[in-house]
Amino acid sequence: MAVIVVGAGPAGTRAAARLVEAGLRPILLDEGSRQGGQIYRRQPENFTRPPAALYGSEAGKATALHRDFAALRPHIDYRPETLAWGARPGELLTLHGETATALRYDALILATGATDRVMPVPGWTLPGAYTLGAAQIALKAQACAIGRRPVFFGTGPLLYLVAWQYRKAGVEVAAVLDTSPFAARLRALPLLAARPGVLLAGLRYTAALLRAGVRVESGITPLAVEGEGGRVAAFRWRDRRGREQALATDAVGMGYGLRSETQLADLLKCRFAFDPVARQWLPELDAEGRSSVPGVYLAGDGALVRGADAAELAGRLAACALLRDAGHPVDPLETAHLRAGLRGMARFRRGLETAFPWPGAQAAALPDATIICRCEAVTAGDIRHAAAALDAPEVNRAKQLMRPGMGRCQGRVCGLAAAEVLAAARGVPVRAAGRLRGAAPVKPLPVATRMPEETP
Amino acid sequence: METAILPIGQARAAAPILPARDKGGGKGGVMAGLMHRVAERGRARLRLTVDGVEIEALEGDTLLTALLTATARLRESEFGDGARAGFCLMGACQDCWVWTEAGERLRACSTPAVAGLRLVTGAAPWP
Ligand SMILES: Cc1cc2nc3c(=O)[nH]c(=O)nc-3n(C[C@H](O)[C@H](O)[C@H](O)COP(=O)(O)OP(=O)(O)OC[C@H]3O[C@@H](n4cnc5c(N)ncnc54)[C@H](O)[C@@H]3O)c2cc1C
Ligand code: FES
Repeated sequence: MAVIVVGAGPAGTRAAARLVEAGLRPILLDEGSRQGGQIYRRQPENFTRPPAALYGSEAGKATALHRDFAALRPHIDYRPETLAWGARPGELLTLHGETATALRYDALILATGATDRVMPVPGWTLPGAYTLGAAQIALKAQACAIGRRPVFFGTGPLLYLVAWQYRKAGVEVAAVLDTSPFAARLRALPLLAARPGVLLAGLRYTAALLRAGVRVESGITPLAVEGEGGRVAAFRWRDRRGREQALATDAVGMGYGLRSETQLADLLKCRFAFDPVARQWLPELDAEGRSSVPGVYLAGDGALVRGADAAELAGRLAACALLRDAGHPVDPLETAHLRAGLRGMARFRRGLETAFPWPGAQAAALPDATIICRCEAVTAGDIRHAAAALDAPEVNRAKQLMRPGMGRCQGRVCGLAAAEVLAAARGVPVRAAGRLRGAAPVKPLPVATRMPEETP
Repeated sequence: METAILPIGQARAAAPILPARDKGGGKGGVMAGLMHRVAERGRARLRLTVDGVEIEALEGDTLLTALLTATARLRESEFGDGARAGFCLMGACQDCWVWTEAGERLRACSTPAVAGLRLVTGAAPWP
């Protein structure tokens, strides 16, 4: 039986391990050159920082995942630096170097992870403006800071975590500015209590930042990233009392939680539903990770953002579902145990979205000149024009007219914000603005790409 | 903080070599990089050429790190809205493409820096 797992983060690694336990030899492919995924991303081989310096409190889990992968490797067909760029029923289209290959599959597990969820702000295309995830990757994988005195703004646990990681690495943090009001965090406490350890860790980061004298504010509204000489020079915001504030800074890290990478599920025509908690369209999945398409399974943050621990459970669970559907014996106790583990994670996820809500409403207030689509420099005004004058009822139509989401990133960065701008301009809820459809290739291919030869 | 960018083809052996290590302060010097190294400074050095100027990087750097520890841009937006220097660092936004002098397109955040590469960050056609 030919099984392919896309993504070698915690979800994909645990899925592949469970398949091997059942005697299968899956293909595990990942665009990255080293296994680990986002949170357990590895540094290059010639770097020497110990795991504790890289992963902090999660060092034990990171080391366990890396070690288990090393043991797994002889039993799987591992293909690093391999992008899955397209899919059709029974066939996954991949790229390694400049060679495209069509891989046949009987079953597929998509464990593609997530990227930062971003709300644009004037000036966010300036050199020196990065996502929170990027700020963390610079530190973790390259031992670099995005600036000497960065401002971090947005919302979500990553905001505090990254700021704290920068402090710990000896970088001066100018400010940590959260768009969520503090009261939202109090409201979310009963839900967040589903994972007391994680909750405590979060509180510890914030306390440590305050102790270090870092300016930490809640309930802010970002106004602009300002530039000078072609790079970030200042950040302006409105504080929770409505007063305008500004700080000189050489870099900003911004982000509002995460969004799932769902393009491949979309290409395979998996059914999507609007998730009111995340305010995103997500592939439908049953309690064990089956999509609406037989043979296609989804696991980890690529299906639903529940974090790394949930990703490990969900990866294993999706593999169990696949095995059972293929007629392999699976102990019902095992799946029951995994499902029970995921229930607390789901509750915690609702807590996070309550505590750190996506500030969709900010989109309505963005000045017309604000770039929304970085790829093609489409502005908020352009989208509003499409909404009104051209009568584009939903994002795909607006995309044909104005090209937001048509760029090289396929709307990964701007898709959610573009939908908010469009919905606000038309006075409809964001779910009515629809969702951007994926298209192959999901990422640009090199010009010299040699197209598929059939390989087994 | 103006960056001294020489037009392509004006590189000379005597072209200034920019330090891979930060000399502190971040001000002055020929170019001030966007990114700053905070650890792992003891790696082997390598040299590449950016817009005709030789820069020094460290083995294990991505192209993005190599360029942005020395300069403040990767490319010009083809829509005239200024310089860009990447955004996501994880291969999602596609905002960090750089071109080799030979016209090959590389995604800087996911491409390792190798010695001798010759890159251009000025306006280049999007193929
Ligand atoms: C930038 C970033 C930083 C984060 N930092 C933290 C943190 O510090 N602490 C924390 O608790 N959580 C963090 N998270 C969340 C955490 O990463 C996830 O909960 C966890 O990694 C999810 O595991 P996963 O296996 O679902 O996905 P990931 O770990 O994201 O792994 C997905 C893998 O799939 C690969 N992939 C995706 N699409 C394709 C494709 N088309 N072809 C080939 N390969 C593909 C990717 O290269 C990646 O390696 C972070 C998330 C992001 C995006
Ligand atoms: S910085 Fe986003 S793809 Fe390289």
